[in-house]
Amino acid sequence: MILQRVKALTKKEVKKTVRDPAVLFMIFLFPVVFVLTFGASFGGLGGSQPVYAVGVVNLDEAVPPSWASVFLETLSNTTILHVQLYVNNQTAQSDLSQGNIQAVIIIPSTFSQSLTSYHTAPNDPSDWINATVSLYLDKGSVVATQALPPIIQNVLDTFVDQNHNTVPTPIRMQIASLIEVKQLSAFEFMAPGMFTFASIFLIMMVAQSFTQDRENGMLKRIRVTPTTSTEFMASQIVSYMLIALIQAVLVFAAVHLIGFKPQVSVPAYFTAFAFVLIFSLSNVGFGLITATVSKTSSAATGISFLFVLPQLFLGTFVGSSLSPVTQLACKFVPSYYVTDALMSLFLRGATITTPTILLDLFAVSSSCLLILAFGIVLYAKYFKL
Amino acid sequence: MVNAAIAVENLVKKFEDVTAVNNVSFQIEKGEIFGLLGPNGAGKTTAVNILCGLLKPTSGYATINGYDVQKEGEKIKKLIGVCPQENAVYPYLTGIENVELFGDLYALGTEDLIKRSSVLLEKLGLSNDARRKVEKYSGGMKRRLSLVMALIHDPQIVFLDEPTVGMDPQSRRAIWDFMKDLKKEGKTVFLTTHYMEEAEVLCDQVGIIDQGRLIILDTPENLVLKNSVENLEEVFIKLTGRKIREEI
Repeated sequence: MILQRVKALTKKEVKKTVRDPAVLFMIFLFPVVFVLTFGASFGGLGGSQPVYAVGVVNLDEAVPPSWASVFLETLSNTTILHVQLYVNNQTAQSDLSQGNIQAVIIIPSTFSQSLTSYHTAPNDPSDWINATVSLYLDKGSVVATQALPPIIQNVLDTFVDQNHNTVPTPIRMQIASLIEVKQLSAFEFMAPGMFTFASIFLIMMVAQSFTQDRENGMLKRIRVTPTTSTEFMASQIVSYMLIALIQAVLVFAAVHLIGFKPQVSVPAYFTAFAFVLIFSLSNVGFGLITATVSKTSSAATGISFLFVLPQLFLGTFVGSSLSPVTQLACKFVPSYYVTDALMSLFLRGATITTPTILLDLFAVSSSCLLILAFGIVLYAKYFKL
Repeated sequence: MVNAAIAVENLVKKFEDVTAVNNVSFQIEKGEIFGLLGPNGAGKTTAVNILCGLLKPTSGYATINGYDVQKEGEKIKKLIGVCPQENAVYPYLTGIENVELFGDLYALGTEDLIKRSSVLLEKLGLSNDARRKVEKYSGGMKRRLSLVMALIHDPQIVFLDEPTVGMDPQSRRAIWDFMKDLKKEGKTVFLTTHYMEEAEVLCDQVGIIDQGRLIILDTPENLVLKNSVENLEEVFIKLTGRKIREEI
């Protein structure tokens, strides 16, 4: 492999990205503009904390002071939540349906009993009495469906087990999430997904680049030079990894500007950027698959959405409010693991050695390499590189 | 055949039920300008693509400087320069950046690359526009740039696929002069065209191809003489009963 060729082709690809206004917008400006407007819309800008109105129906049978009353107090102390008490579920549901509140929490009758059993024998689940806290959400509110489940789950987890041990507890919530950071805005919950979101659009760029070069005869022209297919593909991979890195830096600057300032170590940032870079491999792969089946660059634009949309809806910040079946489907897109890893790194304080991160790394690396390999083989089969 | 720059024997290329190149044989000596003439769709570009290693022939045999085009593609790629029919240039790069890119693909040294690109750009009248983005070039300028990109590595054998198509007469003359210079430098030129006057002016040997078949092969003078006509256009009409092209 002659590096001079790889370097020249990489330089060409980067120049294309920087000089073509359409590509420049799609790759760099669109994600930044999106982050800024999205952040402004979801409470990330201006420093003020959003407050969500939450109704609570306390069905706990224990006499106060009980675990339920302490839980209520914890909820009320959370500045992000404005708690209103309801005597029964019917009244609460009525207010929910009218949009007066954004969620209803039902504390079950066995709540205190369950917690007492847990604290009496914390290491013996067979002695516990299980209880389920139900959460009803205003399905018409994106904010409620996105942000509230993790916030309430976090409060509940913190309340039940101060040490955040990984061992199970008898209290369950029907919509679960594991975000541990207190008093986050909706934007901050979604910020890790923004990195993944921005990178997904590389699929379209790769597909367009290959089809355009095919249309204008450039691929054929390169094929009559001594450039090998390995050199050519290496240049494409390096180019798009570089573009993904620049993109991630810009998105990071934008989310930082909006107010997303995770208190994590430098290695955590490096790990996060590594995830984004590995993820860009799958985007090159999907781009090649799209370019294989697309006859023209405009067709490639449309077809690329077949890969962009599932990755977007199942693997970025919009995934937290999906149905259980859809959440299962999320496990089949690489973007899910990238967002999950970034959430763990930025919001849960995980490190590279945390099992979740290692598992995500394995899932992202293996799936991305497979998709890339498949893309290269498919493209090479129909259009020689 | 071993000493020929290009040798083709019984070459056939079929695309499903269409025979694009049908049992074609010819030989081109080193330092010769060979013109393959024929109307659009005659099989000229298919023949060039086979010789450059872009297409596999259905049957037959072809060599470039004695190297088998099917088996020794890597050696051949270093010997040849190809200027394709379409304006294959990167519009978002400047003229010089396009040229330097191809210089790098041929792994030229920096000094060689600077020297050669400056000479070629000067010869083809692009020096003053070399630092402008190609998207701002006229069609003729793009063709000339494409030619510079094909020749940056100083190839021994040059394939020019319709190099002057769509050019104004002045630019066409400039390309013709440039091709004559290539011949003086001892390069072998394989030219495809449907401009008969171009072939008459430039070519040492001409092959006329129609519907994939090479119908005649000789020097332009002999073709005119043997067919008792005035020019190559009339040769084509006499042999095929059709005009090679509509108005230019």
